Amino acid sequence: MRTVSAAETAPTTHPWVVHAEGLRVRAGRHLAVDGLDLALGTGVHGLLGPNGAGKTTLMRALATVIEPAGGALTLLGESVAGRADLRRVRRGLGYLPQQFGFYPRFTVREFVEYMAWLKEMPRPSVPGAVQRAIERVGLADRAGSRMKTLSGGMLRRAGIAQAIVNDPSVLLLDEPTVGLDPEQRLDFRELLRDLGVDSCVLVSTHLVEDVVAACSDVVMINAGRLVFQGTPDELIGQGGEGDAGDSPAERGYSALLRRHRAEAAR
Amino acid sequence: MTGHPNPTWITRYADGDPALDEATVWSVEVHLEDCADCRALLTTDVPDDLRALLERVAAGVDEGVTTGPAPARRRPWSAARHRWLIWQLVPWLTMTIAVLGCAVLLQGLQPSLPSLVLLLAPVAPLPGVAVAWSRGSDPAWELIAGTPTAGLPLLLRRTAAVLAVVIPVLGLASDRTGASLALALLPCLAFTTVTVALGVFVGVRRAALGLAAGWGLAVAVPSLINLRLPGVLQAGSAGLWLLVIAVSAGFALIRSDRFRRLSSHH
Repeated sequence: MRTVSAAETAPTTHPWVVHAEGLRVRAGRHLAVDGLDLALGTGVHGLLGPNGAGKTTLMRALATVIEPAGGALTLLGESVAGRADLRRVRRGLGYLPQQFGFYPRFTVREFVEYMAWLKEMPRPSVPGAVQRAIERVGLADRAGSRMKTLSGGMLRRAGIAQAIVNDPSVLLLDEPTVGLDPEQRLDFRELLRDLGVDSCVLVSTHLVEDVVAACSDVVMINAGRLVFQGTPDELIGQGGEGDAGDSPAERGYSALLRRHRAEAAR
Repeated sequence: MTGHPNPTWITRYADGDPALDEATVWSVEVHLEDCADCRALLTTDVPDDLRALLERVAAGVDEGVTTGPAPARRRPWSAARHRWLIWQLVPWLTMTIAVLGCAVLLQGLQPSLPSLVLLLAPVAPLPGVAVAWSRGSDPAWELIAGTPTAGLPLLLRRTAAVLAVVIPVLGLASDRTGASLALALLPCLAFTTVTVALGVFVGVRRAALGLAAGWGLAVAVPSLINLRLPGVLQAGSAGLWLLVIAVSAGFALIRSDRFRRLSSHH
């Protein structure tokens, strides 16, 4: 049993967990996110888009890792653009980068503990939270193994464990299903649904069927702009018989992309 | 509330009487948490089937405790070690120590040379500091950059770890060669703080490279050719070094927000 603090039960005063208006973010010299408007609430949101659409750059900006070049970005009701103090917002963030670096000599437990410490979790709650996070991703039997001995899928799961260790309000997962086998992907979808109950989860992926199966909301971007935001059923509704793709959702995806490209070319 | 609740309330609470209003249930519950005597009352009139259930659960829990995996061993010092000293630092610090050792040996062989330890002292911490805060040498950089601890405090923590190794070695080396301790340590500290301050503009790694190259070309090489120590390393220059430390440290503190983000040159 633990004491629930007043901060946890306080009503939120912000309408959206993640809110971007006219957001512009640079990747090097190139403007990878260019005038994006996005509003996300609680739930699991799937971020779709072709390669080079700006998904990873958007994720990095939302994780407060890189500074937006323009526009407004609000996380958990606090502005994170410019010289703002990011500490409070960052305590409520969980982030799994696409290129996920780690210290090879750390064991899984040490790695997740180190991340929990960096996220300024209260010291007494760290061991329990670490164990819970490792169990949720199904790595409990490898918790004492060094990171360099893990397979690709296990590393990905260790990365997910460090992202969820602080029970984040905003969870950003960039390509979390890479390297997972079909069974692990099913478990992962289950975990996503579970996490989406009380936090805002944004999952970037190339796998349209993952989005349809596990997400309550689909966000699609292309060339740094929002193309579509709606439920998986609405995405499926966008596609017709003549569109490319093997499933209704894939047809919806390719139809949306084709229409957006045609509009951009005009 | 003072005193114990009415025993009939406790009995009705134990039976799960729906007629008992919520406020009474809460007050009884809060009291039971702290009062062993009333908890004992609770167990006297428990029905037999419930007692059997409780015994079964207790036996199950005991069995799980004895047959399940043992709790993970706590190694408190390992966490501290990981926080302060990233593995990447070890080779660089070893190199620094080896170079200073060579300087001491060379001084013993060639006493006519100007004090090599004093000439090396300012640049001794720079390789370690550059490695402690650069994107290329920290694999988990992107993860760390999104945590609340990231920023000047973490940079200073790692710098302190470097100095904790370099300063004793410098002290030993200056003692062996008879060089002034103050003139070894003050320039060492000054170059560290100037590196951090310049890191605000160009990134810590570039700042360290630039300062080391500048010191080597402008001061160390000419004084080796002339066979005499430069003015900045003569007795009486301590005040100048202290001023440099104060100004650069103050500047770094004022602009500490620049270290919060992952920008391309950090």
